[in-house]
Amino acid sequence: MSVTIQIPTALRTYSDGNAAVEVSGTTVREALDALTTTHTGLQRHLRTDSGALRSFVNVYLNDEDIRYLGKEDTAVADGDTLTIVPSIAGGVGS
Amino acid sequence: MTVRFARAEYQRMHAAAAEGYPHEVVGILAGSRSTGDVTEVVPLVNERADSPRNRYRVSGLVMMRAEQSVEARGLEVVGYYHSHPDHPARYSEYDRDHALPNMSYVIVSVREGVPGDTLSWRLVEDRSSMDAEPVEIV
Repeated sequence: MSVTIQIPTALRTYSDGNAAVEVSGTTVREALDALTTTHTGLQRHLRTDSGALRSFVNVYLNDEDIRYLGKEDTAVADGDTLTIVPSIAGGVGS
Repeated sequence: MTVRFARAEYQRMHAAAAEGYPHEVVGILAGSRSTGDVTEVVPLVNERADSPRNRYRVSGLVMMRAEQSVEARGLEVVGYYHSHPDHPARYSEYDRDHALPNMSYVIVSVREGVPGDTLSWRLVEDRSSMDAEPVEIV
């Protein structure tokens, strides 16, 4: 399946400046893995060392948050759009 | 990169930090990414109502809409600001762990309700730390 992944501003230096990248995959995971295989600089900012998506990385399949679908196992169809939408978080902590 | 605040916007950011004390406040710094000029400070709502004294969060959809609004006005997102109530303006490990690359993270230290030290930080490439950036008021 051919899927378009929308890249947020903060990560476009790793997509050669492109706001969107076309990839192939049958699930969200396959599509994101295809993205990071061809754009390796994205890997460390999208995923933790254990391979999970970082907590501030939100992924929408068309208009739906994948957390409310099948998460990264969600199937994608030809022409679907995945949008990476970072939240922001932080704080002094202690 | 040097973060260059328009004076009125720097003062607005400090005023927001003071008004929000003792909670952390957060917002977008809008302007020009190529020059580091911040011409508009955009306050956002801190969604960490459970722990606002030491945490902030703005969810993805809210961020997306806010950033689209910034871009519709012909501006770019230069970075984000937040406040540290009664703590230094240095980034915490939690700040670093949640930081995005290629953005300026301005932190305002607010001591007993009074904004003071204001520092900017940028995530290094391997995410292990954040480098200090100069802050100017123009």
